[in-house]
Amino acid sequence: MIEAVPVRRLLERHVVRQFMRHKGALLGFAFLVFILAFVLLGPLIWTIDPQFIDIRARNSGMSLAHPLGADQLGRDMLARLMAGGRASVAVGAAAMLLSLLIGGLVGLLAGFVRWLDGPLMRLTDLFLALPLLPLLLVVILLFRESLRAAFGPEAGIFILMVAVMGITGWMQTARVVRGEVLTVKELEFVAAARSVGAPEHRIAGRHVLPNVLSPIMVSATLGMANAIITESALSFLGLGFPSDFATWGRLLFDATDYLQQYPGRVLWPGLAISLTVLSVNYIGDGLRDSLDPRSRSMHSGSL
Amino acid sequence: MPVYTVRRVLVAVPTLLLISLILFLLLDLAPGDPTAQLPLTIPPEVKENIRRSLGLGEPIHVRYLLWLKQFFVNEPLHLMSQLTGLDLGGDRHRVISWQTRSPVVDLVVERLPQTLWVVGLSYVAGIAIGLPVGIVSARHQYGWFDQVGTFVSMIGFSVPTFFSGVLLIVVFSVELGWFPSIYDTTHRVTGWDSLLFQLRQMAMPVAVLALYNAAQISRFMRASALDNLTLDYVRTARAKGLSERKVIFVHVLRNAVGPVVTVVALGVPGIFGGAIITEQIFKVNGLGQLLITSIQASDLPTVQTLTFVFAVLIVACNLLADLLLGILDPRIRYD
Repeated sequence: MIEAVPVRRLLERHVVRQFMRHKGALLGFAFLVFILAFVLLGPLIWTIDPQFIDIRARNSGMSLAHPLGADQLGRDMLARLMAGGRASVAVGAAAMLLSLLIGGLVGLLAGFVRWLDGPLMRLTDLFLALPLLPLLLVVILLFRESLRAAFGPEAGIFILMVAVMGITGWMQTARVVRGEVLTVKELEFVAAARSVGAPEHRIAGRHVLPNVLSPIMVSATLGMANAIITESALSFLGLGFPSDFATWGRLLFDATDYLQQYPGRVLWPGLAISLTVLSVNYIGDGLRDSLDPRSRSMHSGSL
Repeated sequence: MPVYTVRRVLVAVPTLLLISLILFLLLDLAPGDPTAQLPLTIPPEVKENIRRSLGLGEPIHVRYLLWLKQFFVNEPLHLMSQLTGLDLGGDRHRVISWQTRSPVVDLVVERLPQTLWVVGLSYVAGIAIGLPVGIVSARHQYGWFDQVGTFVSMIGFSVPTFFSGVLLIVVFSVELGWFPSIYDTTHRVTGWDSLLFQLRQMAMPVAVLALYNAAQISRFMRASALDNLTLDYVRTARAKGLSERKVIFVHVLRNAVGPVVTVVALGVPGIFGGAIITEQIFKVNGLGQLLITSIQASDLPTVQTLTFVFAVLIVACNLLADLLLGILDPRIRYD
């Protein structure tokens, strides 16, 4: 037990070093930090209200007053891009957390409780075969009105989207976690914990869960990318947030109507979505490489 | 193989039944009353009769079974009688679209080919690009081809279809004018010129999905080939004096493609989702476009049928992938 602490630290430092060596992951991480600063801190510097209509500036190109131009109603594109980014990232993060929670729980239960393994994995397979996008559209169509009435137009859609995306996005996490739990629970230290009389729930929570965190982190990054794309897709199909509420997908959708006249306006929200997803994917790649024990032994013989 | 096929088909049936149950419950438990939109001048007794005629008074399991009978007996019979010209359907009930007042299945039959063409061709193109790229990347790991290939496939992975589609329109229709941005749904192929036009108008919708498919396939192919390249049988094949081309494209390819099939099958729902968006962007009159227009019109029977049709298509694709896997890897058949 005295040895365990420094070894663990050493491992953490090693993981960080491996991650830093992965150029794509590092760049992706830097860009994600930049995007988060842009959408969270940007509105403090660029204080124009994204809803403010400056009708004389409508359809204007880049200028000092509107660095990215203004849309067909004269709303500032830069401010709308920031506001839209906040909504998209918030939906993505919340949906990712929810799906992680469900997926982690299902995976842990399936890996740990033998009689639950079969049914839970069949359920996972079933969910994997569902036509997700049509189903999402149907659910939003059916429940939109009642949630809007209960929580207000924006909060209602937010809850609906996060819930639906969480419920339909947990399967990959569950599969990965189950697989990992099945291998980890056969290791010696679990047997050791059991032999000193640790109850099952403590073995699951204190000994197995920390050791399956790395695949959970990888699927968290991928889940986040997925959630941002799904939210944008729904907004793009006109079934997301109300039309005056900016999200990246909504901005893209609004801009496609003016594609022939102002093709540049599609570019910014599209680039924002694509680059955010790209950077998140690269982070996931780097995490997988640096957390994978196989690649660890391949790149350096020290551990 | 026949035993394996039958077993796979039998596994697919409960999956479909469960999906249909989920769909049915979703629509049934959703808030809102189908008779809520009727004018207030209709007296309550008449409204009650309307509800009963819609079958809303029955207990839930009876309604589910009736719904199943509708989808698995009535509609297929009507479809058969249309195809054969025989009167098999009789005067059985049909699911009617609230929007067009025509049977939903007729609409589906009209729209299905376009969707299948777009999705199918995008898979063909994706495989044709993705497999060689993945194999060459694995053979020369960390070489320049691998670096470029990884970067491009990462982009293909990350750029959502609704952005890449719009970008293609901006570049190839607005700026260059090579391809039409709107799919001409009335176009009929009669000769070489019209065939060329058909290919041109399909190029962009297919390219959007093919890019995504190729990116996915090449990544998985690379990973799977890398796993195989270090195995003993590859060394044996090389030691026998086989040419590198033969080692890679005969021995490694066959062994490496199995896991790829599995992972690609898992991505099928995503591709159909992408097809919905692509059809919306290029205005292809496929199933996805029908789904979106019926959702905007709250046309519930059409929406319900279409979602189920998508489920059937996905399950069918998964079944196909399973059978393909059985052919590629005979060990699986004896599980």
